Amino acid sequence: MEEKKLAIIATKGSLDWAYPPFILSSTAAALGYETEIFFTFYGLQLLRKKLALEVTPLGNPGMPMPMGMDKWFPVMLTALPGMQAMMTAMMKKKMADKGVASLEELRELCQEAEVRLIACQMTVDLFDMNTSEFIDGIEYAGAARFFEFAGQSDICLYI
Amino acid sequence: MADFDQELDASGLNCPLPILRAKKTLSSMDTGQVLHIIATDPGSVKDFEAFSKQTGNELMESKEEGGKFHFLIKKA
Repeated sequence: MEEKKLAIIATKGSLDWAYPPFILSSTAAALGYETEIFFTFYGLQLLRKKLALEVTPLGNPGMPMPMGMDKWFPVMLTALPGMQAMMTAMMKKKMADKGVASLEELRELCQEAEVRLIACQMTVDLFDMNTSEFIDGIEYAGAARFFEFAGQSDICLYI
Repeated sequence: MADFDQELDASGLNCPLPILRAKKTLSSMDTGQVLHIIATDPGSVKDFEAFSKQTGNELMESKEEGGKFHFLIKKA
């Protein structure tokens, strides 16, 4: 059986949206897929050694909130200072309680399973990002490098 | 439950950790050896079926007992 290939573009830099790329890649690797993730724009936050990702209730009507707040809490108040930090802390606690892996753990499992992580060089330049803040073992490249692999992939996801 | 060579307790772990841990344990085992996995994630029932189909490691047994899920997987 020829090895299948999964290519993912990770574009989002929030706590909730950081999960799909790492969950899918680590699982794909366990199933024998050759896997690459191309991190671009806000997705580059997922490559920082020290992850400081947050989740926001603002403009996110699908987000379940404690005490059914998503049903009655005025949308405008989700913009209050401290709301984002509070929701982030609650989400992290819930994840730990439910045995959901931390992002650091999933990312490490991806690297162990030889999932290739590629950082978009253009984004690094655009936001003047300091690559010494990123984890080791990642590659810096552009769109053409993504297509080199994505063009032969069986599954290609934009997250 | 049939005999097994190694046991992995993935109780309390959620998707995709039971699969990832199982994969890791299997890779340290020899062909033909059997791994017993214990999990509490209800999604793991379908996930281990899918894992077995896609990796060729045979799912010999899958059952629920005492609120936990038990799987026997033979390394291919």
